[in-house]
Amino acid sequence: MNDHFEEIERSLDSPSFRSRAWHSLKADKVAFTSVVIVLLLIIVAICAPWFAPKQPLYQYPDGLSDIGAPQGPGRNFLLGADQNGRDVLSRLIFGARVSLTVGVVATALASMIGVTIGAISGYMGGWVESILMRLTDIVLSFPILLFCIALIAVTGPSTKNVVLVIAFAYWTYLARIIRSQVLSLKEREFIIAARSLGLTTPQIIRRHIIPHLIPTIIVYSTLGVATSILIEASLSFLGIGVPLPQPSWGEMISEGQKYFQSAPWLLIAPGVTIIFAVLAFNLMGDWLTDLFDASSTGVKR
Amino acid sequence: MNLQPAPLLSVKDLSVHFKGTAKLVGSAPVKAVDGLSFDVYQGETLGIAGESGSGKSTLARALIGINKPTSGKIFVRGHEIVDFSNSALRQIRKKIQMVFQDPYDSLDPLFTISQSIAEGLQVRDLPRSEIPTEVLRLLETVKLPGSLATRYPKELSGGQRQRVAIARALATNPDLIICDEAVAALDVSVRAQILNLLQDIQEQTGISFIFISHDLSTLRYISKNVAIMYAGKIIEHGDSDAVLTHPQHPYTRALVSAVPNIAGNKGDKIKSIGEPPDLANVPSGCAFNPRCRESVAQCLIQTPQLLPTAQGPKVACHLIPPIESLQLSPGGERRE
Repeated sequence: MNDHFEEIERSLDSPSFRSRAWHSLKADKVAFTSVVIVLLLIIVAICAPWFAPKQPLYQYPDGLSDIGAPQGPGRNFLLGADQNGRDVLSRLIFGARVSLTVGVVATALASMIGVTIGAISGYMGGWVESILMRLTDIVLSFPILLFCIALIAVTGPSTKNVVLVIAFAYWTYLARIIRSQVLSLKEREFIIAARSLGLTTPQIIRRHIIPHLIPTIIVYSTLGVATSILIEASLSFLGIGVPLPQPSWGEMISEGQKYFQSAPWLLIAPGVTIIFAVLAFNLMGDWLTDLFDASSTGVKR
Repeated sequence: MNLQPAPLLSVKDLSVHFKGTAKLVGSAPVKAVDGLSFDVYQGETLGIAGESGSGKSTLARALIGINKPTSGKIFVRGHEIVDFSNSALRQIRKKIQMVFQDPYDSLDPLFTISQSIAEGLQVRDLPRSEIPTEVLRLLETVKLPGSLATRYPKELSGGQRQRVAIARALATNPDLIICDEAVAALDVSVRAQILNLLQDIQEQTGISFIFISHDLSTLRYISKNVAIMYAGKIIEHGDSDAVLTHPQHPYTRALVSAVPNIAGNKGDKIKSIGEPPDLANVPSGCAFNPRCRESVAQCLIQTPQLLPTAQGPKVACHLIPPIESLQLSPGGERRE
C-alpha cells in the first residue's frame, strides 16, 4: 500500500509540463523553427549593439555611390545601404528592439487589462458583466488604425503612445475570450463539484479557473505580440509610430518604398523580416495552442 | 421501520424558480422545482425518477447549494441550511456530496486522481502528511489500484473516473451522496459494477444516497424508496417495489409501461401523448392533465395533494382515493 506513497506526495505538487513541451518541440519541425526564430529575435534585440556590424544611425559616406545612389548588398554593407548611406542590416537589428519592446510591453499591458476585465465579468455576471462587456464592445467598434491616427495626432508620436494605443486596442479581444472561457468553466461539473466540496470562491478561482486560463493567456499573448508588431509597423509606415531617427521596421519600409525601383533591398529586407517575425510568433502560438490543448483533453490534432 | 428518530435530510416545501430569460413584461418564472417535501433517513437510498425537464437535477443542485431555493427549507440532521455562503454552514454542506452524470467533466482535467481526491480531504483540514494514506484508502474503497493515483483523468476509463468521483465525494466524510444520473453514461456491465460498489459502500458506512435516474430498472435495483417527479412536483412516492410494480398515478403507469421487457408483450403499453409541460407555463390543476387520458373536470381546476393511499405509496391524483387516517406509509413521512 505504501508503494505509491511518495509518488502521490510528489504529484500533490505540480505536474511535469516541461518534458512534454520539449518532446513535442522535437517532433514538430515547424514549431521548432518558429521557436528558434523567436528566441533569436529576442537575443538579437537584447544584444543589438553586439550583433550590428555598423552604427544604425551613422550616415556612411561610402554607403552612397558617386552619383548618390545607395549601395546594394555587398561585402561592406551585407544588406545594402539606405538612401542616407546607413547600414540596412544594423538598422534592422536595432529595429528588432523597437518592434519587440513595443510588441511585448503592449501585449503584457493588454493581457493584464483583458484578463482582469474578462474574468470579473465572466465570474460575476449580472450588471457588472453588462457594463464591462458594453465597454468592450464600444472599444471594439473603434476602427483601430483610424483611432491610432487620431490619438497620436493629438498626443504626438512617441514609443509610449504607440504602446498605449496598441494595448488599448488589443485588450478587448482577450477580455472577450477570457470571459467566454470563464463562463463555460463556471458551468463545468468539476467546478460545481468543487463548490459542493465546500471550497471558497477565491480557492475555486485560484485552483480550478486560473490554471485553465493560462494556456489561453499564453497563446493569445503570443499572437498579440505578432499583431502588435504589425500595428507598430503600420503606424511607423504612416509616420505616426516610433519617432525618427529611431530605426523601426515599418519606418524602413515607408522610407524604402520611394526608392523601390532603384534599390529594392530597402523594401525587401524589412518586409521579409516582418513576415518572418510575425509568422514565427503566430506559428509559436499555434504550437502552444496544440500543446495546451493536448495536455487538457488528451486529443492531439 | 421508519420510526427512526430524525431524518438525515428533510426537505420541506422546497421550490426553485428561475426568472424567465426574456426580459419582456410577463415572462413567467420557470418552476423547475415546485413545493417538494421528502425525508431521507440514514442508510437509506431514495430514488428519484422522471422524464427530462421534470426538475430532478435542479433538485440535486439545490440540495448541494448550487441553485438557491426560492422558498422552502432544507434540514440536515435537524440543522436548517439557510445561507449557503456562511462558513459554519459550509461545514454542514460538506455532509451532502454529489456524483455527476458525466465522469469526463466532473474531474478537473489538470488535476491528477490523487489531487482530485485530496481536495476533498483538504477541506476536511486533514494534515498533509496523512493525505497520501487516506487517498490510497479511498482508492481501495472504490476498488481502484493505487497505481492510478498519479494518473490524469484522461488516462482513465469512464467507469474508473466514476469511481474516482465517488472516492472524492467520500473524502469529505459525507452523510449523503446524491448521484445525478451517475451511471447513465456508463456501459451496462460497468453500470452494474458501480451500483454494486455503491451498495457495498452503503453497507460499510451507513451512508445515504439520493439516486436520480430516468432508468426505472436501475432505481428499482438500488433504492428502497422511490419518488416520481413530474413538472417539478412529486406525484408518487413510496416503497420502490410497490410504486414500480403497481404504479397508481397515470403518469407513473405510463412510465412503467414504457420500460421494455424481455417478453415483449406490447399489449398493456400505455402510449404517452403530448409533450412534457413548459415549466414557465404549467397547466392549471394537475400538471399532467393535458396528457392524462383519465382526467376529469376536477383535474383542470384543483392541484392534487400528495396523500397516502391504501396500497402504501403516496400519490398526487384526484382519481386515487387517499386513506383518511394518519397511518404511516412505507418510506414516507407523516402528512402535516
